[in-house]
Amino acid sequence: MSIRHSLLALLSEGPKYGFQLRQEFETSTGDVWPLNVGQVYTTLQRLERDGLAQSDDVEEDERQKNYRITEKGGEELSRWLRTPPDLSEPPRDELVIKVLVASRLPNVDVFDVIQVHRRYLVQLMQQWTRMKEDESHFDLAFALAVDAELFRLDSVVRWLDSADGRLRRVSLESVESTMDSTFALPSNRRRTGARR
Amino acid sequence: MSILELQRVSKVYGEGDTEVDALTDIDLSVNRGSLVAIMGPSGSGKSTLLTIAGSLEEPTSGDVIIDGARVRGMSRNDKARLRRRTVGYVFQDFNLLAGLTAVENVSLPLELDGIPMKKARSKGMAALEGLGLADRAESYPDQLSGGERQRVAIARAVVGERSLLLADEPSGALDSVNGESVMRMILTACHGGVAAVVVTHDAKLASWADRVVFLRDGQAVDETLPPPSPEELLNPDVPKPSLS
Repeated sequence: MSIRHSLLALLSEGPKYGFQLRQEFETSTGDVWPLNVGQVYTTLQRLERDGLAQSDDVEEDERQKNYRITEKGGEELSRWLRTPPDLSEPPRDELVIKVLVASRLPNVDVFDVIQVHRRYLVQLMQQWTRMKEDESHFDLAFALAVDAELFRLDSVVRWLDSADGRLRRVSLESVESTMDSTFALPSNRRRTGARR
Repeated sequence: MSILELQRVSKVYGEGDTEVDALTDIDLSVNRGSLVAIMGPSGSGKSTLLTIAGSLEEPTSGDVIIDGARVRGMSRNDKARLRRRTVGYVFQDFNLLAGLTAVENVSLPLELDGIPMKKARSKGMAALEGLGLADRAESYPDQLSGGERQRVAIARAVVGERSLLLADEPSGALDSVNGESVMRMILTACHGGVAAVVVTHDAKLASWADRVVFLRDGQAVDETLPPPSPEELLNPDVPKPSLS
């Protein structure tokens, strides 16, 4: 989360006072990202140092200073918005590691491990969805931030589902390969599954 | 009050060597006003559960009780009446009749139930209005967008005084914003006193439910905890989701 560029974005709407920037920063992110107040003022000073913003310099108090974006600041904002974040390296995902470990251990039911995480994620998604439910206080920034979180959690659930399916297929194949092909299939396999 | 009760419901297809357990000992109780989602992969028995819950199919063993009435032992006519009056279905592909307008589609179940056409139409109009579709009442399905067709299907499922709404992947091929509005409509119906069961493999849709039951190989293997009460939400010790 770049405070620096978020502040530049707010300044691109017109000159603003320090305390106003702090308030608008919080509402523009739908109040879902908690903010360290000190960081806002430090960041404003740095923006000024780097020539990306200018203050009127009449007030000593950061809260009372009036800031405006410079031409260089406008260019920096435009560049930042269009620069994709680096997603080329897969993150070291703790959940992925847990499932990989569980799939190797002989005395651990990997499907049980998967279900524990699946349930937790769906419960978390229920909590987010409930926050979105009340449309009477509709807030676009909040809805977009919550959607992003729901999609992120959903992608993890879908990965669990696909891991579940893949592991089941592999465990069935290993059962079959240990049996002579002229034998009947094991009864547990014949009896599971359902009509769609 | 429980609108739908499944008591140790099992369903077996085929016999002998070709026998398949589609459902095993399912217990499920859905109260008036609540929305339950059933999640599971393809072939886990989700759709079978829904057709049994709607009395379209008989369980091999166990009992289904809809709005206080035990389905086992009912005559064909009684079952058909129960389905017409109490149960509404929403299918993945909407299942609207192409030759009928939106309002005709919605009022059809009432007309089939012997309600005079004029009265059925006015109830149908009311259901469409409730879903913001009054101005599309005279349109035919092929003149409606996917999202509108699904809203008509939901209006048809809740028209009259239905108390049980059953939906099978109700957002079908709709995009996620339209899928969300489908779930909002189902939730609105629940707030109006309907009990709803939605089967889906989509966690985003399931997260609209009060309770999510996980189905696997025909068995209910797990379910989400009940949502926190307002008191719990105010308690600082209870973890809340946050973006950080």
